[in-house]
Amino acid sequence: MIMPILEFRNVSKIYDNITKALTDISFSVDEGEFVSIIGPSGSGKSTILRCINRLVDVTQGSIFFDGHDISQADKKEIREVRKKIGMIFQHYNLVDRLSVIENVLHGRLGYKSSISGAIGYYTEEEKERAFEILAMLGLTEQAYKRCDELSGGQKQRVGIARSLMQEPRLLLCDEPIASLDPSSAKVIMDYLSDINRTMKITCIANLHQVDVAMAYAKRIIGITAGQIVYDGPPGDLSKSKIYEIYQSEEGELITDAK
Amino acid sequence: MLSEQAEKNKKAKDNIEKKMRKAPRPEAQTSVFVIRKRTFTLAFLGLFVLFTVSALVTEYDVIGGFESLPKAVAWMAKQFIPDEKALSRLSSILSKLMETALVSVAVTVCAATCAFFFSLFGTKTTKTHPLLARTVRIVAAFFRNVPDVVWAMLLLFSFGQNILTGFFALFFATFGMMTRAFIETIDEVSASCVEALYATGATSLQTVFNGVIPSSLPEIVSWVLYMIETNIRSSTLIGMLTATGIGYLFDLYYKRMDYGSASLVVICIVILVIAIETISNKIRKVIM
Repeated sequence: MIMPILEFRNVSKIYDNITKALTDISFSVDEGEFVSIIGPSGSGKSTILRCINRLVDVTQGSIFFDGHDISQADKKEIREVRKKIGMIFQHYNLVDRLSVIENVLHGRLGYKSSISGAIGYYTEEEKERAFEILAMLGLTEQAYKRCDELSGGQKQRVGIARSLMQEPRLLLCDEPIASLDPSSAKVIMDYLSDINRTMKITCIANLHQVDVAMAYAKRIIGITAGQIVYDGPPGDLSKSKIYEIYQSEEGELITDAK
Repeated sequence: MLSEQAEKNKKAKDNIEKKMRKAPRPEAQTSVFVIRKRTFTLAFLGLFVLFTVSALVTEYDVIGGFESLPKAVAWMAKQFIPDEKALSRLSSILSKLMETALVSVAVTVCAATCAFFFSLFGTKTTKTHPLLARTVRIVAAFFRNVPDVVWAMLLLFSFGQNILTGFFALFFATFGMMTRAFIETIDEVSASCVEALYATGATSLQTVFNGVIPSSLPEIVSWVLYMIETNIRSSTLIGMLTATGIGYLFDLYYKRMDYGSASLVVICIVILVIAIETISNKIRKVIM
């Protein structure tokens, strides 16, 4: 039996004692899976991802990463967890005024002492590894460019490169293609799927596009108002279930437009 | 086939029309414009009343005020022309002006350095204790809200009339102002990359050096340049109180009724400020 790399047990999150973001969420993810979370805006998709690397603290329940309960982890333990979990963002969240290579090397900060990370001391091996990853993502020519000179698709690839520098076990993707044109979106999704298959890195991706989720993910979790309403392979996701997830009626979704 | 398509289109059109008919007539929408008009009228009337009342209370003669304007301008034009005597004092004026400008630059740079470190404890990006962040903001607000002239008068008691008094007066005011400005700049500019850096497992110190500083540096330099301009103007005023720098010289000439020399001082200050503004605009363009 494979031990799940990630497990949510009855997790709830309430913001500021009022706003219920997650209610009693339980699921587990096996190593190497490609899971996609779908659901309307504000349903708690981002909160789920941010609970995993503790950018958000959970209110109730526990989250197990690699067998350890991280919901009560202290500062030092959080750092250990975070360096094993890569994250990419809808708005890329790069340091725009720094060069591509510097941004990629930021992925190593979790492994460094505070001081050597602050002054930007990286070993030769780390630099070589950074260039290897850039080459893999087709960014070799952009290595010394400033990030604000790049296109959206290139920025997202830098984001992926940064997270790969962490040598992560798990990759969290928060709306990775929501700000990209269809062709860059495909490039990014192909890279993610490739990373998932060849590097055996577990991926959890929040997606707005149901068709993209169905095409790439091996498992889909549907969230509505902070609760799981669907958890299974994309093949079993019926039309009526999709309408239930988005709390809408037939003819009201963009996928219905003909 | 074609008719089927046409029927479909018609159906869709009908649907839209039905929905439009069903849409509630926005009664509130129309009144928005009425409300806006009323607000403007009321605001204008309110200002007029305020002006009238304050003119009556202070016994300000509006017409008289405007009437005396040309006379004042004529007097100034006659008196405030630098004469030969004034020009002979140019070298001493310039040396004092230099002193004032350099003190302003020194004050601004010192205050900015302190304010930057201080502001790091006040931003959300470093995840310091909320109580500490709040304390920082309150301290900054205190320093900022005491005007520099008041600081100068308070410090006169402890330091006497010398350049140190002016230095500290400007320092405190600048420090308060810049701490506040830096906190807001940092929160605004670096929030997104800071989140990503924390997600990689970076510590606060690493995040400050790798994320906060690179992304907010241009804005911070821009603030420093602005404060240098402001401080040259304020230091003139403070110099009058502390009997130092160009402010003292202006005060001296003015009280001796040597208006020619006083006007030369003013002209020199204006030229200096404009020069510094031009230079800092150029720098801003390069770094932004």
